[in-house]
Amino acid sequence: MTKRLFPMKRILSSFALAAGLLVGATQVVAAEEGGLPPAGVNIRDQASLQRGAKLFFNYCVGCHSLKYVRYSRMAEDLGLTEDEVMKNLNFTGAKFGDPVVSHMPEDAAQQFFGKAPPDLSLEVRAKEEGPDWVFAYLNSFYVDPTRPVGWNNTVFPNASMPFPLWELQGVQTAVKKEGGDEVEKLELSQPGKLTPAQYQQAARDLTNFLTYASEPAALQRQRYGIWVLLFLAGFTFLAYLLKKEYWKDVH
Amino acid sequence: MAGVFTRIGDWVNERAPGLMPMYRKHMTEYYAPKNFNLWYYFGSLALLVLVNQIVTGIFLTMNYKTSAAEAFNSVEYIMRDVEWGWLIRYMHSTGASLFFVVVFLHMFRGLMYGSYQKPRELVWLLGMLIFLVLMAEAFMGYVLPWGNMSFWGAKVIISLFGTVPVIGGTLVEWIMGDYLPADATLNRFFALHVIALPIVLLLLVVLHLAALHEVGSNNPDGVDVKHGPKGSRWGADKPADGIPFHPYYTVKDLVGVGFFLIIAAFIIFFAPTFGGWFLEHDNFLPANNLVTPSHIKPSWYFTPFYAILRMIPSFFSTAFWGVLGMFGAIALLFLLPWIDAGKVRSIRYRGTGYKIALMAFAASFIGLALVGAGVVGEKLVEWVPSDATFWENAFGRVMTLIYFGYFVFLWFYTRLGWEKTKPVPERVVFDHD
Repeated sequence: MTKRLFPMKRILSSFALAAGLLVGATQVVAAEEGGLPPAGVNIRDQASLQRGAKLFFNYCVGCHSLKYVRYSRMAEDLGLTEDEVMKNLNFTGAKFGDPVVSHMPEDAAQQFFGKAPPDLSLEVRAKEEGPDWVFAYLNSFYVDPTRPVGWNNTVFPNASMPFPLWELQGVQTAVKKEGGDEVEKLELSQPGKLTPAQYQQAARDLTNFLTYASEPAALQRQRYGIWVLLFLAGFTFLAYLLKKEYWKDVH
Repeated sequence: MAGVFTRIGDWVNERAPGLMPMYRKHMTEYYAPKNFNLWYYFGSLALLVLVNQIVTGIFLTMNYKTSAAEAFNSVEYIMRDVEWGWLIRYMHSTGASLFFVVVFLHMFRGLMYGSYQKPRELVWLLGMLIFLVLMAEAFMGYVLPWGNMSFWGAKVIISLFGTVPVIGGTLVEWIMGDYLPADATLNRFFALHVIALPIVLLLLVVLHLAALHEVGSNNPDGVDVKHGPKGSRWGADKPADGIPFHPYYTVKDLVGVGFFLIIAAFIIFFAPTFGGWFLEHDNFLPANNLVTPSHIKPSWYFTPFYAILRMIPSFFSTAFWGVLGMFGAIALLFLLPWIDAGKVRSIRYRGTGYKIALMAFAASFIGLALVGAGVVGEKLVEWVPSDATFWENAFGRVMTLIYFGYFVFLWFYTRLGWEKTKPVPERVVFDHD
């Protein structure tokens, strides 16, 4: 008997290791989520979505499309009228029911930036860190004369994108670590039109709008979800009572 | 009005006299043991998910475009422009993952209570075939959205066939119909996913249930109710511990359905990607053969088998052994009724060695899943940055040995008289709640 218990001891310890790894796994996920400052977006904050949309259509749509988002659907979800959208946000002459497509010709973009600007419809969903990544990205541009467009980014090193929001945030410069090329922190060397706090809010609004754009259905599913769960709770309770009644005579 | 329904019923019965006897045989006069516990919900839940997959799948095909150029766009079209399209898609994608959750638990139930043992070998074999077809069905379905993980996942999995000696390379091209996963691959996978495999799956499910109803259900005590004492209020010749499936288990399963739907609805409405486990981030990027995702890994339900593949090293300059190991891991499950020569079915009355072995087997399955998903590797990079690969391999290989060791252990344990079983009661143990 004792002989057989030996491998069991090993089995048990690997059991413990497995349990430890399971706990560790949840921590990995938590650590990754904690790696970037939280974007704190809320797609039910319609005012924030409207401000974000305004920023997107003033600063981003020149190069980036949202080809899966239609102006009409966006108007409905953001609480805007057709007139407001067509006058203030649609600068490409697209029809109200059309998708948001940038006018930047792809070959020209390729020539300017070395890489065609990606469509941003699903940008937030395609990132493991989701909105936190986009929010951090918008906060991490700095001047780098060694890059072709003069800008670099700490979250996405050697990004080919210039930083059009500089006039709002101002210009950031990198403080390098001593004796290295690694960026220690970013410093605001030239203030922009917004204070740092205001810019944070602007970046948050823009991130919020892109989060909405990546899954407009999220507004619906969260709204309906609570009613579905309440219905199912009631259903399950009735089913339980029914079962109890039927099983009364089973001994 | 009642007269109309009776007349319609009589009309049908006259022309199909076998219909009511069949209904009675499988529903109202199928006597199931009265002591089913929580583990016995997962069979009916698997059936529920199968129906969900078929119904939502039909609606998805109404708007899905089978072409490498349009597939990704059409999925976003379903998500945004089709009325309730997002709900149908999430029900289908969540259903796929929950199908495996339910099936894994259903299979584990079979292991715990010896449901594969004589006389239910055929039930087990048909169930294993269902599992095999389900894996093929899930893999092909995963390719259809044509996201970047669809593309790379397909490439990696299909490449496994390239390790087959001599014909490997030709086999891979034959499966893909191209040199890379491409339009031809997508079209044939669509055909198999929506027509061929579902038909096979449905047929196997019918046979699985038919085979079960021939021999009767097992139960947590592993007592054969069908051959036990007779006499209940349904008849003197009916099993004393059996109750009619309908209405007793139909209403009981309804409670299980309720709880299951609450969990499913919570995921569908509040966490449809389930933190990147049910829908992966990289699959929100269109397929691109020039951009490799940072971690190519299969969907979570394949990760235990994928880990076995990764953990078995190459010998004689071929990685074929890993592929053999992966398929062997499934093949051994098929053979379980003949590997286990134990006479006692339920874990309640089996030897201590069996209990520990089964727990170790379950733990190794979870451990392998974590290795296959890359979770163990990521954690070890944090703990022991310089030797992370070494420790991942060490852990993964121990888990692989435990997985295969279970079958070896069971063979000897039940044949060399090592198992000290407890006496099995004549009738089922039943506590009325």
